[in-house]
Amino acid sequence: MSNFFIALGRSMIGSLRDLLPIVLVIAFFQIVVLHQPVPDLVGLLTGLLCVVAGLTFFVYGLEMGLFPIGEVLANAFARKGSLLWLLVFAFCLGFGTTVAEPALIAVAAEAAAVAAQGGMIEASDAAQKSYAAGLRYTVAFAVGLAIVVGVIRILKGWPIHYMIAIGYLLVVIMTGLAPREIIGIAYDSGGVTTSTITVPLVTALGVGLASSIEGRNPMIDGFGLVAFASLTPMIFVMAYGMVI
Amino acid sequence: METLSQLFTILLATIKDVLPIMAIIFGFQLLVIRRPVPNLKRVLFGFVYVVIGLALFLLGLDKALFPIGRLMAQQLTDPSFIRGGAGGALHWGDYYWVYIFAFAIGASTTIAEPSLIAVALKANEVSGGAIGVLGLRLAVAFGVAIGISLGTWRIITGYPLHWFIIPGYIFVVIQTFFAPKLIVPLAYDSGGVTTSTVTVPLVAALGLGLASTVPGRSPLIDGFGLIAFASLFPMMTVMGYAQITEMLAARDKRRRECDDKLNEE
Repeated sequence: MSNFFIALGRSMIGSLRDLLPIVLVIAFFQIVVLHQPVPDLVGLLTGLLCVVAGLTFFVYGLEMGLFPIGEVLANAFARKGSLLWLLVFAFCLGFGTTVAEPALIAVAAEAAAVAAQGGMIEASDAAQKSYAAGLRYTVAFAVGLAIVVGVIRILKGWPIHYMIAIGYLLVVIMTGLAPREIIGIAYDSGGVTTSTITVPLVTALGVGLASSIEGRNPMIDGFGLVAFASLTPMIFVMAYGMVI
Repeated sequence: METLSQLFTILLATIKDVLPIMAIIFGFQLLVIRRPVPNLKRVLFGFVYVVIGLALFLLGLDKALFPIGRLMAQQLTDPSFIRGGAGGALHWGDYYWVYIFAFAIGASTTIAEPSLIAVALKANEVSGGAIGVLGLRLAVAFGVAIGISLGTWRIITGYPLHWFIIPGYIFVVIQTFFAPKLIVPLAYDSGGVTTSTVTVPLVAALGLGLASTVPGRSPLIDGFGLIAFASLFPMMTVMGYAQITEMLAARDKRRRECDDKLNEE
């Protein structure tokens, strides 16, 4: 039982450290620069408490359940030698971790609200929900595909920068074709996808794979999956904007 | 009471969000690997915590992070704050507090980011000490700060986002050919890694708030893009940092060789 509290406490210190710089900067600006009372201070503080508690439980739960089993699976598939299953697993890992990413859920909802205000979609609740869900599944699909491509790269030992350059070229071409309203959301979705859940699991897969294949260097070949995962969503979200 | 019912709704939605990932993990473990899940009870409890934590986080997001971002954007762009009540059209230079705020938020949140510290330690170890932990962290933090700061400037001036991002990509691709090979994948990854779960919603709200309060800007077209900036610039600064350390190391080595030669003579 005491172990539980120690682990929970450690996780809480981590989330407090995430939040503290933000609180300090904002407090400094409110007090020194703006000289304005914060409206609804109690509500804000309650919200911040929720954020800290939420992140604490979230990270604690991840470390307890998801990460160990994810790493075991990633290593098992890296060693198993069946290419098809490895790729299927890679796709599912990318897709599954992205769908549940908190930052993506938040930004997709915000994007839907803005799109409704801007008259891009209907202002109804249902239309906004389906737009946000569509956005999330598009991004998740793109991340799944990115992990598959990244895994193939690790297996073949292709140099990363050519592939990234090609990806950028695709982004540039899509930017020319996509409607203006989607471009900002699309560019942002690249950075949004890769945070709390995705990065540790995907890095585990990459480094595990690179260390179990002979002739691959974990430093050169193991990293880079996250880079793919932040590139493809841009392309696919712009495609989503063209279809809708 | 209202908060409680809201929490309940979010809790239900969260369970739906977490289900696919559970299905994937258990499906693969039981059907493909065909081994029972190790520590099943622990894993299940872990998922319960994940759901509770995610629901609380999303609630807090709605109650705190989004409002704060919007509030800061609104207060910092308020003409009476900028001009002290004087009239006249505002120039983009008048919004300097916005850029300073953006820089401070970008730098402070990144320097404390745990995943970045972990990556920096790993890179230090793999590079045999050539890449310093603090140096790498500063390089990334500086990149994020510059990125967000420049991003707010773009929102205020209203230039199209891709005018910045596409040249940025071209610069990254060119820089790749000159940067030390070892750092390249790490630099590419650092772009995505740095934007944490707390920072992303706050920065997104800041951008949307700016676009809705600065006259003549549309949230839909101008409001997004800050996160794209924040993921682009660390790539440049990390590669730049590696280039500079390599250059300094090479110069040191040359100088030492010169000294050695002089000593021999």
